Amino acid sequence: MKHILNVLVQDRSGVLVRVAGLFSRRGYNINSLTVGSTENPGVSCMTIVVEGDDRIIEQVTKQLHKVVEVLKINDVTKEEYVGRELLMLKVLANKEDRVEIMHLCEIFRIKIVDINKKSFIIEATGTHSKLNAVEQAFRPFGIQKMSRTGIIAMVRGDKG
Amino acid sequence: MQLSGARMVVEAIKAEGIGIIFGYPGGQALPLYDAIYDSGLRHILTRHEQGAVHAADGFARRSGQVGVCVSTSGPGATNLVTGIATANMDSIPLVCITCQVTRPAIGKDSFQEADMIGITTPITKHNFLVQDVQQLPLILKKAFYIARTGRPGPVVVDIPKDVLVEEGEWNYPTSLADLKWSYQPQSEGDTTDLQAICDALGRSHSPVLFVGGGLVSSDASEQLRQFVEKTGIPVCASLMGLSAYPTDEPLHLGMLGMHGTYAANMAVQHTDLLLGLGVRFDDRVTGTLQTFAPGARVVHLDIDPAEFNKNVRVDWRLQGDLKWSLGLLNAQASVGNISDWQASCRRWKEEKPLTYENSAEIIKPEAVIEELNRLTMGEAVICTDVGQHQMWTAQYMSFKQPRSFLTSGGLGTMGYGLPAALGAALAEEQSQKPHEVWLISSDGSIMMNCQEMATLAEEQLPVKVLVLNNRGLGMVRQWQRMFYNERMSASKHEFKLSFARLGEAMGCLGLTVERPQDLTAALEQARAAAGPVVLEVLVDEAENVMPMVAPGKSLSDMVFAGGDC
Repeated sequence: MKHILNVLVQDRSGVLVRVAGLFSRRGYNINSLTVGSTENPGVSCMTIVVEGDDRIIEQVTKQLHKVVEVLKINDVTKEEYVGRELLMLKVLANKEDRVEIMHLCEIFRIKIVDINKKSFIIEATGTHSKLNAVEQAFRPFGIQKMSRTGIIAMVRGDKG
Repeated sequence: MQLSGARMVVEAIKAEGIGIIFGYPGGQALPLYDAIYDSGLRHILTRHEQGAVHAADGFARRSGQVGVCVSTSGPGATNLVTGIATANMDSIPLVCITCQVTRPAIGKDSFQEADMIGITTPITKHNFLVQDVQQLPLILKKAFYIARTGRPGPVVVDIPKDVLVEEGEWNYPTSLADLKWSYQPQSEGDTTDLQAICDALGRSHSPVLFVGGGLVSSDASEQLRQFVEKTGIPVCASLMGLSAYPTDEPLHLGMLGMHGTYAANMAVQHTDLLLGLGVRFDDRVTGTLQTFAPGARVVHLDIDPAEFNKNVRVDWRLQGDLKWSLGLLNAQASVGNISDWQASCRRWKEEKPLTYENSAEIIKPEAVIEELNRLTMGEAVICTDVGQHQMWTAQYMSFKQPRSFLTSGGLGTMGYGLPAALGAALAEEQSQKPHEVWLISSDGSIMMNCQEMATLAEEQLPVKVLVLNNRGLGMVRQWQRMFYNERMSASKHEFKLSFARLGEAMGCLGLTVERPQDLTAALEQARAAAGPVVLEVLVDEAENVMPMVAPGKSLSDMVFAGGDC
């Protein structure tokens, strides 16, 4: 099963290496890893998606706690949470396709953020499965470039 | 007060109450060595950086203090790596100061530059690259604190040369208790399972204690002794935990695992309640996990919660310092009538004790260790290298005091023993009742750091080096005999080297024994010598370490004689 871990760390050089190194050294699989700042200066949040049974997740969590810069670990998949990923697509936009592409963007409620003679850049946020659907929908037009982030997630309500 | 970075390092070591450091100078370390010159610190100049780090490790294991070693950048620092990994696997508190090229030179592939943070991250408890001299006092304080507290381990502090030269305000923190930071080791954890553990102990018909290195490092032997006295539960130990409880006590069943005793392995395979104290259920101890302690519920006491469920499924746990958790059990736990179980354990001990076939013609390695044991009576500090001699030492030496058996358990580092014995001898110099220090080694292992014989001679440390010379790599040969159709690939030393003369060249007294009847006199002579001795004993090349549980087998499948595998 996939787990999403929000790992709060002190914002120091080398923390990413420590955390990533821990996963590779102990043979845990990272599906995605996203790092960014938080409301607290000096504290970063790593959102790590890791696959494994409860026993592996227990080990991952405990080993992460041993990294000196790790402040707090929250397995958001144990709670009600909102998770989002970001996708950017550069899609071929010939004259005859432009209307349909814009129509598709409306359906998915996603944005065109750059227009060129031959292509659009489309920005989409959403769940993993929604972004997969977006990718599929635009593939027939010809995707020139694609870039996706890992997930960031937040627990609903007062918790987390 | 304004001090240079180098002086700060020296002052911090002194403020931590440490008087002896081990190291080897070099270009980037020169400012630090200039500060060491008139610091009052005793600096031991080993002949190799690997010697320095193992010596600091031996000093730490014996004294219970943090071991400190110093090296220059690049090759000096990378030479520490094996020693750092050794300390990390065995949870030994070290602070390793590696000097680094200047800040502007970092990342330019400068002369003698190596990324020590990158290299040591997976083998340290933590490491620091010092970017600013103003941060140095706090970093040094944190380094010692992290090394010593919680589950101990090695910490590397990498200091660029220009930081060593630069001056900054010296304000060494006395305590980190009020500092808000991410490292908060817990020595007294959750007691949710305490009642369940007490209930299980009360119900158990066949409990057994399995003690490890954690018990030694938390200095909880006294609490263990009380617990065993109170409950009468039989004890077995890992290699790292052998000295935690006196091995001569009737309830001590000996070492568990691959070369463990019949009694220890049988007890664990038949127990209904296994209490692991400061252990990590290493594969050399458990054999196959599926068949390990098949009928047992498992109680695990350890300071590191990541050890619970790592290898063996744990039913109940107490996370914290073993002094604390054993204290709780001493106050609250009791057992029912386990006299039948004790009798079974006694029977296993009598049925199949450790044994070997002695000889009047050729010296058996086990006989050498038995004889040394008869003379030292469990009172000596025993260091070993790695291989057959290490296992025979674990089997045939007795240990009366904790911290009296120094060996590389987790990493299995050949070449560990000699420098570790050097460190232990320096720790003994500080003690009021110094014990004799013996290194039991072999012709394979001793060569890996034999340069430290010169350090022994220079410091006139009375370490007695016993080289069991079987003219090859005994443990490799044993496995080749047993599992590789006797194809003895690269495991024989054809050239006949005299270790006694090697010792003499390095300034030690050199002795050689070739006949069984000369053994006792030579051991006595070595014991009586005031300085370091290298005593070479030519032993049987064909001897195997027995009994044995083959890798990947169950502890119940023990092999007892050399020929039947």
